[in-house]
Amino acid sequence: MALEVKDIIKPENLVYAKTKLLTERMLHYCPGCTHGVVNKLIAEVIDELNIQEDTIGVTPVGCSVLLYNYIEIDWHEAAHGRAPAVGTGIKRLRPEKYVFTYQGDGDLAAIGTAETIHACNRGENMLMVFINNGIYGMTGGQMAPTTLEGMKASTCPFGRDVEHDGNPLNMTSIVATLPGTCYVTRQAAHTAPAVRKLKKALRKAFENQKDKKGTSFIEVVATCSSGWKMNPVQSNKWMEANMFPIYPLGDIKDV
Amino acid sequence: MAKVRGAIVVDTVTCKGCSLCVESCPTDVIRLAAEVNAKGYNYAYMENPEACIGCANCAMVCPDSCITVYKVKVAEAV
Repeated sequence: MALEVKDIIKPENLVYAKTKLLTERMLHYCPGCTHGVVNKLIAEVIDELNIQEDTIGVTPVGCSVLLYNYIEIDWHEAAHGRAPAVGTGIKRLRPEKYVFTYQGDGDLAAIGTAETIHACNRGENMLMVFINNGIYGMTGGQMAPTTLEGMKASTCPFGRDVEHDGNPLNMTSIVATLPGTCYVTRQAAHTAPAVRKLKKALRKAFENQKDKKGTSFIEVVATCSSGWKMNPVQSNKWMEANMFPIYPLGDIKDV
Repeated sequence: MAKVRGAIVVDTVTCKGCSLCVESCPTDVIRLAAEVNAKGYNYAYMENPEACIGCANCAMVCPDSCITVYKVKVAEAV
């Protein structure tokens, strides 16, 4: 006898559901945005490690500014680019807490370059999550420091010209050279295997904090369907073909 | 040999029809509906429910966490 769908959908057969740490609020991100996946994974890792009461997040300025509405932990909002500085303050005052910052490329790699590099160089015992989609998503798709050569953005409509605009900035490779960082990795979240790997990396980064190892830095190569003017599926394909050669995935440093 | 059957439940209110789940499904179960939800998005649904193996790939890649996955082992009919 064929099994009906309603016979499968029973509480005892549940294998995956939205984590309780995520609030009921609907995400404001565009359809297919990588932010949603990373937000969810952070919530899942915090839930699995059972550190909800001991985690403090620092949100940036950018699309993910409203992240504090979505995960049920303590949050602090930082000025543009200053999340690592705010995170440093929180971690130094409350060293027993798990602290992480969550920033986009316009925040971490442009206005916040100094804070990022110095926090990593001091080896602040926290996690920095860096969402790199090579564009300023929130403000209308302007060129970011991480924009690829030849990539079109609203402020470089004919593509980024390295003669005029300089080369794409690879923050993750830079911070990997600093002695303060203990774990530097570049991940993506476009397929289920990539999502599982990213989750493992996030888990490891939170565990590094417990072991007081230093700064963990996780870059997530991401898409911006609205900024790139593609649909989410095309964006993922474009990212695989163009972003991954410049920002190759994998662990860069693991001490 | 035990066979695996799965099923998904899509929260059609929060689904934004990004179709990343459709792409991630290894057994081609999911499609976007012709109808739209209150926000105007063509939400995802199970087009071939018999093929679902409950691998949860769709739920993993869903940015809006709107997919719940169920899985059950069934004995193969002799």
